[in-house]
Amino acid sequence: MIELDNRKALGATFQTLAQDFLKAAKAKGATAAEIGIDKGTGLSVAVRLGEVDKLQYHRDQGASVTVYFGHKKGFASSGDLSPQALADTLEAACNIARYTAEDEYNGLADPDLMARDIPDLALYHPWDVDAERAIAMALETEQAARGHDPRIVNSEGADVDSYAGLGIYANSNGFSGVTSSTRHTVSCAVVGQEGSSMQRDYWYSSHCRPDRLESPAAIGTRAAERTLRRLNGRSLSTREVPVLYVPELAKGLVGTLVSGISGGALYRKATFLLDSLGQPIFPDFVQLSERPHLKCTLGSRAYDAEGVATFDREIVADGRIQGYFLGSYSARKLGMQTTASASGASNLILHDTGQDWNGMLAALGTGLMVTELIGSGINMITGDYSRGAAGFWVENGEIRYPVEEITIAGNLREMFHNIQAIGNDVDLRGRIQSGSVLIGRMTVAGQQAG
Amino acid sequence: MTQAMDLARAVFLEPHGLDGNKLEQVLTRLVASDTTLADLYFQSARYEAWGLEEGIVKSGSYSIEQGVGVRSVCGEKTGFAYTDEISLPALLDSATAARAISRAGQSGTLRMAQHIPAANNTLYGVGDPLRSLSEQDKIDLLHRIDARARAMSPHVQQVMANLMAAHEIILVVDEQGNLRADVRPMVRTNVSVIVARDGQTESAMAGGGGRFDLDWFLNEDKALQFADEAVRKALINLDAQAAPAGSMTVVLGSGWPGVLLHEAIGHGLEGDFNRKGTSAFSGRIGEQVAAKGITVVDDGTLEKRRGSLNMDDEGVTTNCTTLIEDGVLKGYMMDRQNAALMNTQSTGNGRRQSYAHLTMPRMTNTYMLAGQYDPQEIITSVDKGVYAVNFSGGQVDITSGKFVFSTSEAYLIENGKVTRPLKNATLIGNGPDVLTRVSMVGNDLALDEGIGVCGKDGQSVPVGVGQPTLRVDGLTVGGTATG
Repeated sequence: MIELDNRKALGATFQTLAQDFLKAAKAKGATAAEIGIDKGTGLSVAVRLGEVDKLQYHRDQGASVTVYFGHKKGFASSGDLSPQALADTLEAACNIARYTAEDEYNGLADPDLMARDIPDLALYHPWDVDAERAIAMALETEQAARGHDPRIVNSEGADVDSYAGLGIYANSNGFSGVTSSTRHTVSCAVVGQEGSSMQRDYWYSSHCRPDRLESPAAIGTRAAERTLRRLNGRSLSTREVPVLYVPELAKGLVGTLVSGISGGALYRKATFLLDSLGQPIFPDFVQLSERPHLKCTLGSRAYDAEGVATFDREIVADGRIQGYFLGSYSARKLGMQTTASASGASNLILHDTGQDWNGMLAALGTGLMVTELIGSGINMITGDYSRGAAGFWVENGEIRYPVEEITIAGNLREMFHNIQAIGNDVDLRGRIQSGSVLIGRMTVAGQQAG
Repeated sequence: MTQAMDLARAVFLEPHGLDGNKLEQVLTRLVASDTTLADLYFQSARYEAWGLEEGIVKSGSYSIEQGVGVRSVCGEKTGFAYTDEISLPALLDSATAARAISRAGQSGTLRMAQHIPAANNTLYGVGDPLRSLSEQDKIDLLHRIDARARAMSPHVQQVMANLMAAHEIILVVDEQGNLRADVRPMVRTNVSVIVARDGQTESAMAGGGGRFDLDWFLNEDKALQFADEAVRKALINLDAQAAPAGSMTVVLGSGWPGVLLHEAIGHGLEGDFNRKGTSAFSGRIGEQVAAKGITVVDDGTLEKRRGSLNMDDEGVTTNCTTLIEDGVLKGYMMDRQNAALMNTQSTGNGRRQSYAHLTMPRMTNTYMLAGQYDPQEIITSVDKGVYAVNFSGGQVDITSGKFVFSTSEAYLIENGKVTRPLKNATLIGNGPDVLTRVSMVGNDLALDEGIGVCGKDGQSVPVGVGQPTLRVDGLTVGGTATG
């Protein structure tokens, strides 16, 4: 079983450490202070070609502290949680604060916004798995992939990971919260070969509840299928076509939106989505919701990194931006109120327009279905977008052949406006839940002439 | 040179009551009769960073990390555990966990060998860069960068400058009981600016650093040159027009564009992928993978460079490893495990992000040697193409060999002349054949300024890249301008 020993007692110990720290900070003359303490334990096993490859035991812990002297701030962190180490860390943070400048926007979040009733979001589900069972499961996963087709000629292996962690956050406004969570992952990556074409692809399943993981057979089979379909890809001639993002990549588009309307980018004026509140950035059928309190969901949280209570809200309604992602610092800079986003977005749900996967392919008609993107290639200030891609050429809603060594390019402002459909083929893994997304037109560049 | 070893003993062994006998106990617990290699990796690291924004130094941070990674390798199998508590019981627990990978019995009692100093412990000093400038001098330096950038142009809207320093002490104890130590300084500064003109906004960044003290940034106003460079690039981007889309001739500038080599061939030549047969370069030693005249090396032995190491994270002295010689694939980059499995020697490329991560074969400083052409001659030779002089980064698919890198400063070449600046675009190519398309190699080899971070399997390590100006015929440019 991968779990934290005496979890309740550990939480209480950390609470005591945190309160001692806050007292010590006050004694040092700090006008405000905050501290986060985390501890985690984990097991990860990897098998490759039917043999054990790696067996790793994880044990992590750390504390990070911030002190404020009026509007001056200092930050320090330590991997050692002994009272002496925490005293040294406080000293280091105070020393930093001696040299940083007065910044009137610095400080803790408004005490009135702190989470009071902290709901149980059911994020802690330790897995009754030991190294031996995890290895057996990884072997079964890899075997499902390798046995799927003779063209699966090699493997990067299958991994089974289980992690349990506990974290507390406390500040001198009286807030103190403890959260514990687990995360379990099974993944598999295999190599396929046909002629001179060699391709690798993978699949994974991840959840806070071990009984919600996909089966080893399903994960292995999916990894093999994804690898095989890429074999014998070709480039495309340069053209402008509609592009269909599969769900796992469509999440990336949502992630880009989040970066573009996040406080740091907004107050620095470093985003193409400046002053986008209320603006029609998407077609009117686009709806995006933030739901921080979903049970057993990776991105769920009752409070953010400043103790501010999270709440359900709409980010995009009828295509218009309804809210930014702000922590208290950027909120004060912008003259707004924190949106409980000091730790980024929680769970985001992009609502579909009714089509299933086949419906989305039909909507694409003739164009590119993109299944992999590589490289960064996004200029957040201008919205210019240019990335390496691989996927499939689709004609009249039917997948024709795999394509690779191409780029897709456009401008995010136009791409967002030009979303034509959102599928109900939702990928539930991770914080962002999205189906596939069809964009009306992008530039595809490739090697082939004609 | 024993200074590093003295520091390592003073940090890891003496204060925790660890001596030769106790380390022997840990190794005895860790090593089984079928163990091919094993190690204890003690690491103590201190980091400091300061950040200026909107004309004031808003943020400062200090962190300290310390722990021991314990690894046992039996052939292809690896067992690994780590602890942030340096004590005999914690080390014994970790050794028991790591050793679980073996099904064999004890190998008997191990005897500690003498400590062996790394052969070349002189690539950088052992001094603490965090203390190489006073706090006030660090703050002042950031303000000077800010003032310089703002003085460069009235269009500068935002200046963000960071100053970072790190000091690491490493002690590696291997399965033979050999002790090797290294003390690693690192400093870095970054300047990013946002410029606006006529309702148009752009940004750019510049920076550099290496394994030396912070006063390096004061010498010849190095830090101010980064400010100049960031503003220059941002202003150029204000005038940029859509990049072309399609396959065309690309001239790559010298220095940082060497990220091409890192992505296109470097990763594909790391020993783990080749041992497993999952790299597009697997089994291709001796084949022509680049045009004649092209030689590419990975060199961890350059003085004070960001990617340099006296020894790698397995205690192996770093080397200058020839990857491609006169166009022919010569060798892979190896750590101890993969070298043993492939019946060869480690090339000193075993690296890890920290004690809490496993060692893998990684690059150090990867670059191409100079050729014969004057860079201007190379540009003049191109009728229509792209001249790409700065990049924001890249990525590779090891198995298919497809790689990308994205421009941050590029121009159109028309009739042998550099004409107008182009918007950022991603270039994509195929690693195993891109270097066969290199038709001209410049005589202006340069290494980057010391900003590279390489990510692999979730682990980040500092690296360097470099190259002379290159002409590549037929690279796909991912712009938006068709026709």
